[in-house]
Amino acid sequence: MKKTVFVGALTAAATLVAGAASATVLEEVQARGVLNCGVSTGVNGFSAPDSAGEWQGFDVAICRAVAAAVLKDPKKVKFVSTTGQTRFTALASGEIDLLARNSTWTFSRDVDLKFTFAGINYYDGQGFMIKKSMGVSSAKELDGATVCIQTGTTTELNLADYFKTNNMKYEPVPIETNAEAQQQYLAGACDAYTTDASGLAATRATFADPENHIILPEIISKEPLGPLVAQGDDQWADIVRWTLNALVAAEEFGITSANIDELSKGTTNPEINRMLGSSEEDLGGMFGLDKEWSKRAIAAGGNYGEIFAANIGESTPIGLARGLNALWTQGGLQYSPPFR
Amino acid sequence: MAMMSETQGSSFRLSMLIYDTRYRSITIQIIFLFLMMAGAAWLIDNTLANLAEKGKDIDFSFLWARAGYDINQRLVDYTNDSPHWVAWVVGLLNTLVLAAVACITATVVGVMAGVLRLSNNWIISKLMAAYVEMFRNIPLLLWILVIYAVLTEITPSPNQFRGDNPSASMFMFDSMAITNRGSYLPSILFSRSLGDVNLGLLTVGVNSLVLIAIIIASVFGYRALQHSAAATQESTGDRPVTWWKSLLILFGPLILAMIAMGAHLELPVLKGFNFSGGLFVRNSFIAMWLALTLYTGAFIAEIVRAGILAISKGQSEAAFALGLRPGRTMSLVILPQALRVIMPPLISQYLNITKNTSLALAVGYMDLRATLGGITLNQTGRELECMMLMMLTYLVISLIISGSMNVYNNSIMLRER
Repeated sequence: MKKTVFVGALTAAATLVAGAASATVLEEVQARGVLNCGVSTGVNGFSAPDSAGEWQGFDVAICRAVAAAVLKDPKKVKFVSTTGQTRFTALASGEIDLLARNSTWTFSRDVDLKFTFAGINYYDGQGFMIKKSMGVSSAKELDGATVCIQTGTTTELNLADYFKTNNMKYEPVPIETNAEAQQQYLAGACDAYTTDASGLAATRATFADPENHIILPEIISKEPLGPLVAQGDDQWADIVRWTLNALVAAEEFGITSANIDELSKGTTNPEINRMLGSSEEDLGGMFGLDKEWSKRAIAAGGNYGEIFAANIGESTPIGLARGLNALWTQGGLQYSPPFR
Repeated sequence: MAMMSETQGSSFRLSMLIYDTRYRSITIQIIFLFLMMAGAAWLIDNTLANLAEKGKDIDFSFLWARAGYDINQRLVDYTNDSPHWVAWVVGLLNTLVLAAVACITATVVGVMAGVLRLSNNWIISKLMAAYVEMFRNIPLLLWILVIYAVLTEITPSPNQFRGDNPSASMFMFDSMAITNRGSYLPSILFSRSLGDVNLGLLTVGVNSLVLIAIIIASVFGYRALQHSAAATQESTGDRPVTWWKSLLILFGPLILAMIAMGAHLELPVLKGFNFSGGLFVRNSFIAMWLALTLYTGAFIAEIVRAGILAISKGQSEAAFALGLRPGRTMSLVILPQALRVIMPPLISQYLNITKNTSLALAVGYMDLRATLGGITLNQTGRELECMMLMMLTYLVISLIISGSMNVYNNSIMLRER
């Protein structure tokens, strides 16, 4: 008798598991009422809590935009700090719905690790930071140097390849988080610190003496960074992809957080009307959202250009130029497919 | 009731499985076994089903793929072109080296602290009590991080050794440099090399092999000498003078061989960014070693103290009555007997050290957890496979340690006649 009850419970549990698994990510997020978004453990400008404990940054803005589109409230995000080591496991296991943590889009992550990259929100490359007093002006002079790296990242592999192709030796110091790397680098335990150039700029901005550190001119890799989701739910991937596209397109069309209410009353440009939900066509309905999804996404933190300027742009301590991340109309690579 | 069941003869009712004490325990055990098996089956089935749903399978072929990353401390030949399984071996050896040296030093520290805590000297015993309580009651990870941070922050960077008037200087006639990256020590080189032998992953100089062989032979020779001296003492009552023969046997051949092979010290020299030459002991290793030693030493001290207190006071009183001094009483009478009490819990502490080495990633020491369970796992995305391999590896190491320690434990156990 006992056994039968147990088998019954087992079947019930199995059904429950199967039932939970068959719901789409969108349904899960909406039922939960909060978006679980994976971010870094703290990279200034990209994702870091401010003095009030609110997460702020360029990657955080993506999470907020998606939450605004899906849950109608940019505040309904639960930020989950992930290290370079834990991020993919967290995403694959469903602990987070979306990972926006300056993660590089690579073939094996896309294909073998079974993730879907929703786009590229920052075109980056790996660089080196070193103290000015070391008198090094090129990465080619780093033979024999001790280099701090964040473990579990693509930078680790690029570094190995770069020193190998240039026939140089180095001593890797593997480190778990950006904060630890910063401490080791400042103490002189490593000569150079390597990570994405944007990350270096963000780290340098927090130093007491940023002018004494230089970022070497060599960019040794392509690091297209973007938000990613687990493979297997195309609807969810589409929502994240088009939320990002909406932010880029908004900059192109001049939709800003200041004029969005004005423009959403209707304009002469049918594409803007489609995006802001003032036209007859219901784009949002095609992936299970309402008509105004992208309006809310843009209103959450402004368009791509506004987010960039507010978090990592030239007026911030991080001071990154738009460079490759300018719109295609201004010589950059940021380009959104049409909203049609 | 008993009458009833007897009159009904051998008829068996299902309820007897629960109400009859003859069957009850077996029934419960069988039910429990079924529950356990069903639980295990459910776990395995659930894992496989979920993996299949994510389109993942269990596949170990990644072990033969190119690793692509570098490891700073490697005891066997490894480059970033080596496959992942070699990285696994590198990590395993780093774990074993750390565990081995930490076990030895923790035992030394623990025995000393345990004995000294029982000292009649108030200051010494209280100092040891303070040491034990401090290290035992603060998590190991914190000690590791504190020691690492101290090593990084208070020691000079290699840059400070530079220039005409450097702010840091080397020790021991310029042969040692302590920096915030690690310590550079002199190493022994041979000017007359006998070549290398390649043992698969490992390339070993013949010189070192010859020296190791000589040391082993010397130790055997020394034991033979002691044995013959003991035999002489047994038969004649006089112990022959052996100290100069011992010294000659232990060190004579070694020194001769080293001179013959042209042994000399290679000193670390500041070159480029870092010191080069000599032996480099990384701070991550030192921090792990120190932390494991001091932390586990505190536990071992308590085990040793308990072991000593377990020996009846009559033993030491008898030893004193025979005229043995306190030091000899401890080493000849008390400790050998206490060893029987100390050994079993000591084995657990050795296992703890081995498992605690897996915290090494916190300071970037590339142990098993950092290579196989860290970078390999991350770069290949094979979480389950890496975790299973890692668990299996730790399990095997631990079983080997406890197995061999149990053999030793059996050899010192009290033989009852």
